[in-house]
Amino acid sequence: MTSALGSAPTGRDSRRARPIPTRAHRFRWARAAGTGWLYVLPALVMYAVFVLRPLALTLQYSLYNWNGIGVARWVGLENYLTVFTDSDLLKIIGNAIVLIVFFSFIPVALGLLVASMVRRITTGAFGTVVRTILFLPQVIPLVAAGIAWSWLLSSNGLINQVLRALGLGVVARAWLGDFDTALPAVGVIGAWVLLGLCTILLVTGMSKIDPALYEAARLDGAGPVREFLAVTLPSLRQEIGVCLTVTIIAALASFDIVYISTSGGPGLQTTVPGLEIYRLAFSQRQVGLASALAVVLMLLVLACVLPIQRLSRGEKP
Amino acid sequence: MNLSRREQVTGRVFLIALIVVTLLPFVSMLSAALQPRGTVPNGLEWPSDPQWGNFADAFTAANMGALLRSSLLIVAGVVPVSVLIATMAGFGLGQLRVPGGRFVFGLFLLGLTLPFEAVVTPLYYQMQDLGLLNTRWAIILPLIGLYMPFAVFWMRAHFTNVPVELSEAARVDGSSTWQLFWRVQVPLARPAIASLTILMFLWTWNQFLLAIVLVDDATKRTMAGALGAFQGQWGTDLVLLCAGSLLILTPTLIVFLIFQRQFIKALIQGSVKG
Repeated sequence: MTSALGSAPTGRDSRRARPIPTRAHRFRWARAAGTGWLYVLPALVMYAVFVLRPLALTLQYSLYNWNGIGVARWVGLENYLTVFTDSDLLKIIGNAIVLIVFFSFIPVALGLLVASMVRRITTGAFGTVVRTILFLPQVIPLVAAGIAWSWLLSSNGLINQVLRALGLGVVARAWLGDFDTALPAVGVIGAWVLLGLCTILLVTGMSKIDPALYEAARLDGAGPVREFLAVTLPSLRQEIGVCLTVTIIAALASFDIVYISTSGGPGLQTTVPGLEIYRLAFSQRQVGLASALAVVLMLLVLACVLPIQRLSRGEKP
Repeated sequence: MNLSRREQVTGRVFLIALIVVTLLPFVSMLSAALQPRGTVPNGLEWPSDPQWGNFADAFTAANMGALLRSSLLIVAGVVPVSVLIATMAGFGLGQLRVPGGRFVFGLFLLGLTLPFEAVVTPLYYQMQDLGLLNTRWAIILPLIGLYMPFAVFWMRAHFTNVPVELSEAARVDGSSTWQLFWRVQVPLARPAIASLTILMFLWTWNQFLLAIVLVDDATKRTMAGALGAFQGQWGTDLVLLCAGSLLILTPTLIVFLIFQRQFIKALIQGSVKG
């Protein structure tokens, strides 16, 4: 890379002197700005070629009827109409929304509960061990989590073993294969993956709360519940926003866990948009419809995430 | 005092329950992996005669040697390039404040919440046109692009906080932009770069969707993508499947345990920024 200010005279004294804005100086700064662009360019090119261009193509495909090989036929918004009227596709979008409860609300609620219980005991060696273990589900491939839980939830897996031991053998079933329980069972896997992350993020947030706030609450005679509602919850606004954002995206864009544990079945019980896009595009060869669903999914993510961002970034009490 | 003691105890009980729930799936997999081949294992049952040889069988069946090599090649292709070009872009946007930088940054932000499913179909045809389908490049190149929104966001956040006076001083001293970047700024950015490297490594290693869509040959995929193929092949042999899954997640586990402190820091910061 060429030097922008390479010829500037140097010396002990000139270092302290403020640069005088001469014409030559301005010229050099303009060149520096040009040079600056060279630093941004490689990232921008990779992003444009492998994200922006495909994104534009998804929009374009979504307006065509195309099998991926032959001639594409312009159909306008017909694919979108199908997404919003086809009962199967609506159910699939509904599944993703149900998963938000499991992937997002449960880990955040449980995480809040656990975090307020353990607020003061996550330091030292014990704390390190706890953190390490709770992060394991974040570190292993989601696929591995899917396999582990498929086994746990299978007919003779651990969950049924425990139920039988408790005399609840009648409830035992192949949880992921049962029409009524398959979707919640997939949800439980997601909750397991995300619970540790939420807990640790919330504990970290809590450790930053001024203890004087808690003392003041105690002096005012607040019990643990009032203390939680009046001090903990408002102070954690930002952290809760982060947890919700991360987990809602994980729910709506879920693919790995579902692909491995149920491949969408039984029936369409656990099919999610991500899986359906994959199936439509690569097995059914309905590239247009797959693309329309992809656009809808993208908009759904934005519709959920942007309000949360706005709320949690607001003024912090 | 009494109250806080009770708090301590309930807190510990909660934590231990949480730890048990986190670890049970792994323990259950291990107990299944050690049963004799061909038997139907039970949820959690320590075998009277643990078959450690199952792991050797799974190692061969999963073609672990080739998988490790493939994952390493993909990581080697993605991580250094992503980190380097994101650091450069972060420097350009956050420190040099290039004209039009705000617009470009907005463009990057656009991709921050993008589900990979939204672009995977066109990527397939793009890779087909480039003749790269079924090669590791089909995973490497798109991943670099897909990581840019987060990576640039991350590095820009760092460079925005470095006082501009530092750059000005270096300029007055006569250093070129490249020298300023390489000798002054990059060494200062080391913690941010390290965290980013860890996250990129983890996300690349665990990438599943791109691997199964863009590469048919399991031995050219990432570790996670290969696990999908392994499940398809050995899904009915639960003992071998569990042994294979444990083997496949071991490398990440080892890396995680070694760099545990940095990993956790990166994951916490990563989600807070993301």
